[in-house]
Amino acid sequence: MTATDALGPHLLERRLLFVTGKGGVGKTTVAAALGWLGAAKGLRTLVCEVDAKGNLADSYECGEIGFRPKPVTDGLWAMAMDTEESLKEYLRLQMRVPLVARIGPLARSLDFVASAAPGVKEILTVGKLCYEVREGRWDLIVVDAPATGHVVGLLAAPQAIRELVKVGRVREQTEWIVQILSDADITGAVIVTAPEEMPVNEALELAGRIADETTVDLAAVVVNKVLPELFGRAEEECFETLASSGRLEAALGPAAASVVSGARLAVRLRRTRAAHLGRLRRELPAGPELLYLPYLFTRDHGLRSTTTVAESLSAELGF
Amino acid sequence: MAGLERLLASREIVLSCGSGGVGKTTVAAAAGAMAAAHLGGRVLVLTVDPARRLANALGLEQFGNTEVRIEDASWKAAGLRPRGELWAAMLDMKQSWDDLVRKHAPDAVTRDKILQNPLYQNIAGKFVHGHDYIAMERLYEIHSSGRYDLIVVDTPPTRNAIDFLSAPERMADFFSSRLLRWLIAPYKSRIYTAVSRPFYELADRILGSQFLRDIADFFMLFQEMHPGFVERAEAVRRTLEDRRTSFLVVTTLEPAPAREAEFFLSELRRRGYSVGALVFNKVLPEYFRDPEAASVAEALVERAGELAAEFAEDGVCETSTVARVLTEIGESFLNYRVVASREADQKSLLTSSSPDLVLDIPHLDEDVVDLAGLLRVGESLWEGDA
Repeated sequence: MTATDALGPHLLERRLLFVTGKGGVGKTTVAAALGWLGAAKGLRTLVCEVDAKGNLADSYECGEIGFRPKPVTDGLWAMAMDTEESLKEYLRLQMRVPLVARIGPLARSLDFVASAAPGVKEILTVGKLCYEVREGRWDLIVVDAPATGHVVGLLAAPQAIRELVKVGRVREQTEWIVQILSDADITGAVIVTAPEEMPVNEALELAGRIADETTVDLAAVVVNKVLPELFGRAEEECFETLASSGRLEAALGPAAASVVSGARLAVRLRRTRAAHLGRLRRELPAGPELLYLPYLFTRDHGLRSTTTVAESLSAELGF
Repeated sequence: MAGLERLLASREIVLSCGSGGVGKTTVAAAAGAMAAAHLGGRVLVLTVDPARRLANALGLEQFGNTEVRIEDASWKAAGLRPRGELWAAMLDMKQSWDDLVRKHAPDAVTRDKILQNPLYQNIAGKFVHGHDYIAMERLYEIHSSGRYDLIVVDTPPTRNAIDFLSAPERMADFFSSRLLRWLIAPYKSRIYTAVSRPFYELADRILGSQFLRDIADFFMLFQEMHPGFVERAEAVRRTLEDRRTSFLVVTTLEPAPAREAEFFLSELRRRGYSVGALVFNKVLPEYFRDPEAASVAEALVERAGELAAEFAEDGVCETSTVARVLTEIGESFLNYRVVASREADQKSLLTSSSPDLVLDIPHLDEDVVDLAGLLRVGESLWEGDA
């Protein structure tokens, strides 16, 4: 399926993308690459890391990233979510509370409340991102969102808070936040997965939960680390004949056996993965674009791997 | 030197941790299965991760807060007669919170008020951070019940695992926090101080008074359970520090997970917890790093045409097909060789700071889908050093 077959708007035509997926599938790399691609195509782009692991800084090799957007390259900025800063900004801009520091106990307790009282971190994160969308300073905001288990809590936080808070400013604000999140022309979720059993299971489960428990539209599923196909059928038969005949060892020495073992392992890995990929295609509900990215043998992190993935994404998206 | 066998025989709680996707769930389940099979006794594998993975690896349809015994049929299918029993359980957040409230509430009225408080209903099970505390609490509860000889715990991903470790302290801090007292104060007495007034006016503007009231109610009720919580949090912390508890740090040799493993190792040491083993998962076979094999692979790519003609003369397929095959397997080998070299480098970085037990799990070419698969993984952990 190509981008033009998709039902919703084109992935990079949306303005707020939450990139999520099981840990280890390359979620941050894909988020970084989406941002890189957006900027390369002339979109004023902000990429935001939510769980502050420092992996985004690694993907751009741009040094430490903080709450204030930091320029990475032409048209591209990166930031790391900091809920305490987010709350201060909120109080200052939205509530017009000057000099937050003066209301001593509140300021000192912020971090504490955010980590102990449930939902606070989530709403401050989502609120800040939606605020940036509403202010219109960016064409595209890509969020390196929390992994599978936690992202639903994040995306559903505004409704949850709205159920709790019946009046007051916070309620008014959750309303526009929910509106932004629910608008498929603006906001989309991107699930990153790999063609392995658990990542595919989780991608399918997460697709269901995003549909059932949040109002966010699932824009795309990105299958990362797709291994190359070694052989067609004829080649495979030929390989088997060669491998079992012992001719390779005879011609090239005993170490040829390792090359044969290596090829067998590569074929089996690829085959096992193809089966999971098939299952993903069959069981994923219609709607999201399905994009494939190759496994990178030569570089697995840093800016070089980000730009390589951005190129593959560009080819996949036809953008 | 003995591998995981000695560790599992000498500990009562083993926590498997590492970043997402490295296979710590599989390692936890494999370790539990091996202990049940070879050491005997009652072994529980407890998963606290919000994503439901363990059921899958254990081949169970579904399991919940209650502990479920792995059936004899599963063992029979795996071709093994276990010396002990293997149990599995997954955390149901909502139910665990309810149980906790029931246990700590001073009386039935308080209990019901809490369970019916709208804030509580939304908190329990819905948000992220409550998970960590409840997971620890549940681990403690099961351990102190004395129902199991060994509990193997699958923890949330690393960063969250740090939250997980500090959850008991945070919960205790929370109850004694000034913020909590501030929130509750105006509802306890009518006296506003000059200092606190701006705070309430602000809070009221932001949140509305009904919500403030709900919060205060909730925390006032919760505070009634304060002594129980604090005491419990302290006990949980002691259990983690105990010699009978140990951690398995699981990682693949990719850069991001390896970095997290390093971070986690140092964090565990800082807290004085016991690191039982460092487990490398999905390690590529050694032969990818054999220079002679690499020369063969290079020769295959460079001399594909020539070799193909030679082999074709012996009646092996068509020359062009043979040439494609030779090029392909040569290229593939060289590709994997790059990955294997990178892995070796990563491994020496990690083990240089880690004198602990180091174990390898090979890159399995098939998925772990059942008990037999778990036991195969377990075998590579069982006997000895990598």
